[in-house]
Amino acid sequence: MSNLTLSGRERWHRMSRRVRFPWPQGFRPGFGGSLALLFCAVMILAAVAGPALAPFDANESDFAAIMLPPAWLTDGLWEHPLGTDQLGRDVLSRLIVGTQIAMIVAIATSVVAGVIGVTLGLIAGYLGGWADAVISRIVDAFLALPFILMALAFISALGTGVGNILLVLIMTNWAPYARLVRSEVVSIKRRDFVVLAQMAGVSRTRIILRHILPNAANSILVLAVLDVGRAVILESSLSFLGLGIQPPDVSWGLMLADGRAYISIAWWLTVLPGIAIVATVLSFNAVGEKLRVWFDPRGNL
Amino acid sequence: MSVQTMTEGATITATGLRKEFTLSQRSLFRKPPRVVAVDDVSFTVAPGTTLGLVGESGSGKTTVARMLLKLETPTSGSLTLNGHDVLGSQTPEQARTFRRTVQAVFQDPYSALSPRLRADRIVGEPLEAQGVEHAAIDARVAELFDQVGLGREVRHRYPHEFSGGQRQRIAIARALSTNPKMLVLDEPVSALDVSVRAQILALLRSMQERLGLTYVFIGHDLAIVRYLSSMVGVMYFGRMVEIGAASDVLRQPLHPYSRRLVAVASGATRLGDHRITGDLPSPLKPPSGCTFRTRCVYADERCRAEIPRLRVVGSGQQVACHHVEAIRDGVKPETGPLGGDA
Repeated sequence: MSNLTLSGRERWHRMSRRVRFPWPQGFRPGFGGSLALLFCAVMILAAVAGPALAPFDANESDFAAIMLPPAWLTDGLWEHPLGTDQLGRDVLSRLIVGTQIAMIVAIATSVVAGVIGVTLGLIAGYLGGWADAVISRIVDAFLALPFILMALAFISALGTGVGNILLVLIMTNWAPYARLVRSEVVSIKRRDFVVLAQMAGVSRTRIILRHILPNAANSILVLAVLDVGRAVILESSLSFLGLGIQPPDVSWGLMLADGRAYISIAWWLTVLPGIAIVATVLSFNAVGEKLRVWFDPRGNL
Repeated sequence: MSVQTMTEGATITATGLRKEFTLSQRSLFRKPPRVVAVDDVSFTVAPGTTLGLVGESGSGKTTVARMLLKLETPTSGSLTLNGHDVLGSQTPEQARTFRRTVQAVFQDPYSALSPRLRADRIVGEPLEAQGVEHAAIDARVAELFDQVGLGREVRHRYPHEFSGGQRQRIAIARALSTNPKMLVLDEPVSALDVSVRAQILALLRSMQERLGLTYVFIGHDLAIVRYLSSMVGVMYFGRMVEIGAASDVLRQPLHPYSRRLVAVASGATRLGDHRITGDLPSPLKPPSGCTFRTRCVYADERCRAEIPRLRVVGSGQQVACHHVEAIRDGVKPETGPLGGDA
């Protein structure tokens, strides 16, 4: 049987048996997972390198080249591989610069929301009693609030801008961390090694940092990776509604909103940023899912 | 502070220990139900000896262990270590001394070791909490790994690299790290393979001989309890029903409950003859009088009316049964079991 008749998946399996990937022991992302990991890496690279990778300035208008289609279509120019928009701006450059905003906002959100949520979850779970009751009720309240409504209220009160978007996203994203960590802590703190540490007179902070947090770290990491995808969607939705990133900054959501009016004559203005959003969110979700399976001992059966 | 060796042993005395638990409130208008887990338990364990506590699940033996470790505060009763009260308010110094003196080994060697810590950190943790400096901890930990038969070279591994028996050795090494005088062993071999049990028990015995440790050993397997214990207490439904020298209690049990436990364990009788029928009564509605009357073939009206107290019978063991002499002499008619409430 020649290699050509094999499906992509089969060919992948053959190849991955020959090539040793530097994955940690037991981590088997498979074909889809590897693709997702690769895509996430590309996204993060684009975010770091940002404008340096873009062939044009994202806001440079060229009125001689308005709404050029992608290069592989008739009238397309290889100078603008993904075409240009209604102001003659290069779509590829805008996507790359948009990646930077999307990734910075999403990663900053999951890190800061994670730190806040994890801290409150540790306090609620370990101390129990009143601290737990108060924190858990606040978490419930935040989880019950509809996100768009809350974002509208905040942005109209505070005004737009990257800082305020971050604030809103953090406000809406910390609660799931707190809930997850609280439930993890409640089960970990009953285990014998915590009881033994308490008996040995180990201080409370030390028990939390050395015994409880490391044993909850896996679930926190999984949630954080999944949360990056969620934050990408939230930021795009806000920007699409005009509550998020403001021009001249570039955002995928903003590109969608701008291109909406021309969808019948220039589909690439909406479809391409849409693909970017979907692919990013799917990739982060897939990576999170693979990590979850890897960390969960039952997932290895 | 260095790790000093202690010559003097530990005597632990419990007097009238009682522990009630308040269950969560089910109705707004009724008082939350209270459950007595342990009632009127008293014993003294001399230095270098072992008290074995036996009884089925729910008999309160683990609650006794938790009270000895100060993980639970008794509702009433007193607990002294070498004559000093350990329940009242203690200075931080006294609390530290207690933690150093009394250590524990629990049942599940998988839960007892944090999966994220290296074995040497686990064993050294009690010393670290006592403020011992790092070099001294390292030396002591290496010595402990040799002592419990693991060898010092494996001490930098993580718990998942050890088997159940090896993990229990690590747990024992940790318990011994502060040079304790007393160990509370809560079913330390129940979770282990039968082939490993004997090794761990032999290790515990040799440690006791070498270090003069006082053991309180909780178990439900009489053969294992017999191997380690100099004294045995039989618990039923939160009460001590029989206590005395291991040779007496296990060779010639007098309380109807211990008689059946021993008969079943020894296999001397046909299965069924001495079967203990039924389950423990509900702790929410404890039987009046003798708590064993609902399962005891000898129960009569006196057992329903009067709580039997522990009293010395025969060669020195204490038994809590109204009819113990008659049962021993084989003249007590089988009138029970007596069900029903008060």
